[in-house]
Amino acid sequence: MKARVTVTLKSGVLDPQGKAIEGALRSLSIDGVRSVRQGKIFDIELDGEDRDVARRTLSKACERLLANTIVENYEIEIA
Amino acid sequence: MKAAVILFPGSNREQDAARALRQVAGRAAAILWHADHDLPQGTDLVVLPGGFSYGDYLRCGAIAARSPIMQAVSRHAARGGLVLGICNGFQILCEAGLLPGVLMRNADRRFVCKMQHLRVENAASRFTRGYAPGRVVKFAIAHGEGNFEADDETVRAIEGNRQVAFRYCDAEGRVDEASNPNGSENNIAGVFNERFNVLGLMPHPENLIDPLVGGVDGRPLFEALAA
Repeated sequence: MKARVTVTLKSGVLDPQGKAIEGALRSLSIDGVRSVRQGKIFDIELDGEDRDVARRTLSKACERLLANTIVENYEIEIA
Repeated sequence: MKAAVILFPGSNREQDAARALRQVAGRAAAILWHADHDLPQGTDLVVLPGGFSYGDYLRCGAIAARSPIMQAVSRHAARGGLVLGICNGFQILCEAGLLPGVLMRNADRRFVCKMQHLRVENAASRFTRGYAPGRVVKFAIAHGEGNFEADDETVRAIEGNRQVAFRYCDAEGRVDEASNPNGSENNIAGVFNERFNVLGLMPHPENLIDPLVGGVDGRPLFEALAA
């Protein structure tokens, strides 16, 4: 089974990398970009076909390692 | 005082920490590997050194914080044992949940490497009792991700419990935006846990123990630990 975990910074947390990318887009004259926030995507392959089990496994993975929940949110999508 | 320095893949300041302990505390520290499961019997102090453990993959300190030896370090801290995390070691302690908050990328995105003044905010701990309260010291800083952040409630708790060990300041001890090298909340450079037996700080006291290399402001920290 395939899944995708997206980790993003919580709103209000300063994202210097996002800001730098925003500036670079501006310097490329790519107009109409209001703001950029950078995150991370993890594509994960899982054993078994039980979606509930998969969701529990991924929640544990996010809480324990993939995200730092002090400053980050995570979202789990199971294909 | 029996000390152990933990070596993670990508640590690069473990010899500096070991040298400071040997020179000031007068006793060689054990160097342990991240894959070890136990601390040597009778360990009083664990030092997590600076560097770039696991290449800062995922988040700085995140993978090191989940390595086998950290279970032993957590048990040591829970028993009231002393733990000192310097630079990457501070990042690891936050990721391991042994200290509050998190170290984010420096607000101006630049790696900072320079001498930096700090004000000793709480001189009552086992780590800082060698300093007069409010004393201004000069340590080296070298980091790209030293921007200490925590939610408002946590910051209030840290401040209320006097868990701030050091704050970034100027030579006169002024704590303001101009003396903040990385954007840290309230200029926080180092924090204790609630029991004051765990300290994490971004600056490098272990590099300021010999007049030959720029000063001795780091000595009182190691002397206090050895006493």
